[in-house]
Amino acid sequence: MASSSKSEPVKIAAPLWGRSLRHQGVVIGALIVAMVVLIALCAPLIAPHDPYYQDLLARLKPPVWDDRGSWDHILGTDHLGRDYLSRLIYGARISLLIGIGAALISGLIGTIMGVMAGYFGGRVDMVVTFLITVRLSMPVVLVALAVVAIVGGSLQVVIMVLGLLLWDRFAVVMRSSTLQIRSMDYVAAAQAVGCSTTRVLMTEIMPNVVNNLIVIATLEMAHAIILEAALSFLGLGVQPPLPSWGLMVSEGKDMMLFEPWLITIPGVALFLLVLSINLLGDGVRDITAPENRN
Amino acid sequence: MLYYSLKRFALALLVALTVSLISFSLLYISSDPAIAMAGETATDADIEAIRQLYGFDRPILVQYFDWLQRALAGDLGQSYYFRTNVSALIAERLPTTMTLGVTAILFAITLAVPLGVAAAIRPNSLIDRIALFLSVMGQALPSFWFALMLIVLLSVNLRLLPTSGSDTWLHLVMPTVVLGYYAAPAIMRLTRTGMLEVLSTDYIRTARAKGLRPPVVLFKHALRNAIIPVVSLAAVQFGFMLGGSIVVETIFALHGAGFLAWESITRNDLPTVQGLILVFSLFYIVLTFFADLINAWLDPRIRIN
Repeated sequence: MASSSKSEPVKIAAPLWGRSLRHQGVVIGALIVAMVVLIALCAPLIAPHDPYYQDLLARLKPPVWDDRGSWDHILGTDHLGRDYLSRLIYGARISLLIGIGAALISGLIGTIMGVMAGYFGGRVDMVVTFLITVRLSMPVVLVALAVVAIVGGSLQVVIMVLGLLLWDRFAVVMRSSTLQIRSMDYVAAAQAVGCSTTRVLMTEIMPNVVNNLIVIATLEMAHAIILEAALSFLGLGVQPPLPSWGLMVSEGKDMMLFEPWLITIPGVALFLLVLSINLLGDGVRDITAPENRN
Repeated sequence: MLYYSLKRFALALLVALTVSLISFSLLYISSDPAIAMAGETATDADIEAIRQLYGFDRPILVQYFDWLQRALAGDLGQSYYFRTNVSALIAERLPTTMTLGVTAILFAITLAVPLGVAAAIRPNSLIDRIALFLSVMGQALPSFWFALMLIVLLSVNLRLLPTSGSDTWLHLVMPTVVLGYYAAPAIMRLTRTGMLEVLSTDYIRTARAKGLRPPVVLFKHALRNAIIPVVSLAAVQFGFMLGGSIVVETIFALHGAGFLAWESITRNDLPTVQGLILVFSLFYIVLTFFADLINAWLDPRIRIN
């Protein structure tokens, strides 16, 4: 006992960092996500123009790499003469807000349901499993479109609707992780010493399932971002003149045969953001819980 | 097996009932359906007349059971826009969506299963890395954008395929690819892990040791066992696809149920939307029910637990 109390405390954080830095996916994903977050935060500082300012005399200017392009509008202008780069930069804010907002709401719902089901089992588990089955059998895009059409499209509505629809994976994963942890000796020990249920849940269960929670939260963020873009593309998501990337693709669609960059640019931005978030999520899972792959 | 089937059937029934309740109440979270039906120029008296004619003045639960009773008999009510029966409308549009769904899931399987098997035979090889790369890329590609890029590339620049409509099988190529690619990564990954797991079992080692040819070991002994979970995943993905066809059908102007859903939503035609949500959900419930039965039949361990 005496010798072990003198020994150095085990450092868990250090090897975790080392593994993260050696994991290509995590490094690439984290770099791109960090860049997008920075761009979104500093949007007013780096956007060359006002994203809402219309200049009808300068409509559909092509990007700078085109022969007709100019450095004044690096990515050109849209059908209303608004600077495309500025709209792209402000659009990052919308995608991130949607992703974070929807993941927070669905994460809260799904975690409560999943942890309760896993910890209490029995009837609670039956009810939660049933709710998950019901939720999975409803077509997400259709229900989301219908609700947005009825309630009216706005950023808040889209975040709420996606948040209320995407909790299934949180619930499934939290349930199985909690089931695993519940059978551990330290949980039985905590119960035996007389810890309250809340305390067992908060201090024994939660810290041990939080890694999985983070992984699902990242992946669901990407899911929400892609769904918002699809909803906005169909005209039933975020409404104009907000510069949502999905909306930009939708607005450029009519002219895509003549000016393909109108849909290429916001599409690539969307693809890169979702890809990097997924890389980050998959990577974190590889590092913290390699046994949970697939 | 009979006990398991009955239990599973009761659950499916309960899920279907809950879904029907949710899609029914969708009509009421909006506003007064009588006002929606009467249109903008209607007077108060008109609205009142419609309310009594369609029974909107009765308690909601009574209306729900009335609606459910008729839905069970195949009557999903009248479309606000077409003024015809919703069931007939959906039945007319469903074959296009089904065809698209079947071709898309077949496309996903023929792409994903061989890749998954190849990746599992040689883990961490070049082909494994390519498969992983493709699946990561595929999951990040927004389907509506992918569809537009395919149109620009294949229809406009190369003039290979028609952009919209549903006249010939050529019209189905792009929608199939767009709907199918999204399901492929999940199927690929599951095939790969399943194969990896099976290939490390004792009975595969025995099969190899007794001198069976590698293809026989691989396909007859390994793939057969690894494919079980893939079958149920494919069923689930097929169910999701029908819901996801709304984006694809809208872009390619395929007049299926997904396109009808989008049209009805933009026209505020709630009975049709309600009917479509119910039909899509029921389809998913039936699919997963049969997938579970097949699984239980193939793997007795599932039945007992």
